[in-house]
Amino acid sequence: MIHAEGVRKRFGTTEALRGVDLDVPRGSVCGLLGPNGAGKTTMVRVLTTLLRPDGGSARVAGCDVVRDAERLRYRIGLAGQHAALDELLTGRRNLELFGRLYHLPRRTARRRAEELLERFGLTQAANRPVRTYSGGMRRRLDLAASLIVSPPVLFMDEPTTGLDPRSRLALWDVLRRLVAEGTTLLLTTQYLDEADHLADRIAVMDAGRVVAAGSPSALKAKVGGDRVSVAFRDAADLAPGVEAVRGVLPGEPEIDAAERRLVVPVSDGAASLVRVAAALDAAGVGVEDLGLRRPTLDEVFLALTDAPAKEKEAA
Amino acid sequence: MITLEPPATRAQRLRWALSDTFVIAGRSYSQLRTQPGQIAAELVAPVIMTILFGYVFGSAISLPGGGDYRNYLMPGIFMQVMALSAVAAATSVAEDMARGIIDRFRAQPIARAAVLAGRSVADMSKDWLSLATMSVCGLLIAGWRPHSTPLETLAGFALLALFGYAMIWLGTYIGLFVKNGAQADAATFGWLFPMTFLANAFVPLEGLPGWLRAIADWNPMSAVVSAARELFGNPGSAAASWPLQHPVTASLCWSLLIIAVFAPLAVRRYRTAASR
Ligand SMILES: Nc1ncnc2c1ncn2[C@@H]1O[C@H](COP(=O)(O)OP(=O)(O)OP(=O)(O)O)[C@@H](O)[C@H]1O
Ligand SMILES: [Mg+2]
Repeated sequence: MIHAEGVRKRFGTTEALRGVDLDVPRGSVCGLLGPNGAGKTTMVRVLTTLLRPDGGSARVAGCDVVRDAERLRYRIGLAGQHAALDELLTGRRNLELFGRLYHLPRRTARRRAEELLERFGLTQAANRPVRTYSGGMRRRLDLAASLIVSPPVLFMDEPTTGLDPRSRLALWDVLRRLVAEGTTLLLTTQYLDEADHLADRIAVMDAGRVVAAGSPSALKAKVGGDRVSVAFRDAADLAPGVEAVRGVLPGEPEIDAAERRLVVPVSDGAASLVRVAAALDAAGVGVEDLGLRRPTLDEVFLALTDAPAKEKEAA
Repeated sequence: MITLEPPATRAQRLRWALSDTFVIAGRSYSQLRTQPGQIAAELVAPVIMTILFGYVFGSAISLPGGGDYRNYLMPGIFMQVMALSAVAAATSVAEDMARGIIDRFRAQPIARAAVLAGRSVADMSKDWLSLATMSVCGLLIAGWRPHSTPLETLAGFALLALFGYAMIWLGTYIGLFVKNGAQADAATFGWLFPMTFLANAFVPLEGLPGWLRAIADWNPMSAVVSAARELFGNPGSAAASWPLQHPVTASLCWSLLIIAVFAPLAVRRYRTAASR
């Protein structure tokens, strides 16, 4: 549904995109991650015809983003990183205005505005000018505006930034429903749990390139597998504890004496945990905490986006 | 679930383009309604000009060929206000382009020219409102009287409004090159205001030195003022050049030419402005 090859974009001397490849199948959710300035917004703007790429090619819903831009605009919805609203008009007038610009009949536009105000909890503020809205309310109105019609492809640039937890969950819910109905969604986010919850596939960008792509679990596996971590009650428990763990696990434990903790990489997750628990119990060692740790997307993010910087230092 | 299809026929495409234009114009009207002070502020300047020039200069200046100076002056003030509608147009377009809303306009399937055309329609209605206010002030306070048939008088206003519309497109084009409202003001008012004095708006051209007179003779603003004077039956001054001998034709041509040049340029510029 979204297919990009070698997309380049330069602003003066800044190379914002240096050959980005992206492939998002129909009906799936792609999460675009990356540190500030990685080029996520630029990529979204290229794909939504707001920026003309300097090189490479991209197609969205079967339309080329440069040659077929007019037709493409009938097939996409966009919620940009910054709210695109009329500050002077009321929330309701804004939604009606955008609805009318989609050529909805006046009555339909009005009804749709009402529904969306309701869904995004803005009915109370509907008749106030947007200039008086709080940041999160503005954000919600902007998201509502991007959902007036149901385009086959939806782009959302940091949709939940600035939203309170309740609004965030509500938006996830709306998005999940849209995707279930067949919408293809590309979202950028700084919240890795959001990508973890919503995205089928994740592309990690850094300095204008995609540095890794795959399902959330594949990316986590790439950074490292599961680990068993044990914290002992007393310093005296450390030595016999390490001994017991060595007996049941093949991996070499990493020991932090000050924290009275050890961490061992494992391949068979829960089964190893059970073996460690039994061995520690049999050895009669005092244990304060015992658990199986999976790498978080945060760790994936830090590992992946730090690597290029290290390469540069080495070079 | 509402889904969209591109227009199926050329007729539908045209209907949608018109509808987009009026929806955008409607947006400007709604904005004005939320700031009534703004409308008042925009009407104050023309009113002050009318009264100030009418009283202060009206009594002190006498025309070389005879005739009432106030009647000579009013068409000049009308024209000046129409010419300066470029300033408001440039400012509002520049401010709009700097705002986020333009992204939504550009990512939605809106007819290419509609965003600018809609604005121009709204700005034009503001011009009509200023013309109406000024003529009432002229009639009631400054002692201005048209001496022609109502139809001719109306034609005079139509010609002025057409010139105002042309200047709106000129201003729109300039507004697309600057970064904010203040720059837009400088890039339009800075040369348009002096230009209104390099014309026959306030003084007859006879006294000007040769080269300056040539400029003033061919200044589109002079043609507009002469045409308005002719249609209002107000006193004019001797005409030595073609545009001032045929002012109605000349001002029509100038206005249409300005629109024909700057409207397409502005639409093209708008399409590329943000997509560097
Ligand atoms: N209009 C512009 N003019 C000049 N440089 C720009 C422009 N837009 C983006 N850039 C530069 O391009 C690079 C990528 O910016 P982009 O906004 O795509 O990053 P991002 O990944 O969205 O970051 P963030 O997480 O902060 O939103 C940055 O170095 C930025 O400074
Ligand atoms: Mg961004």
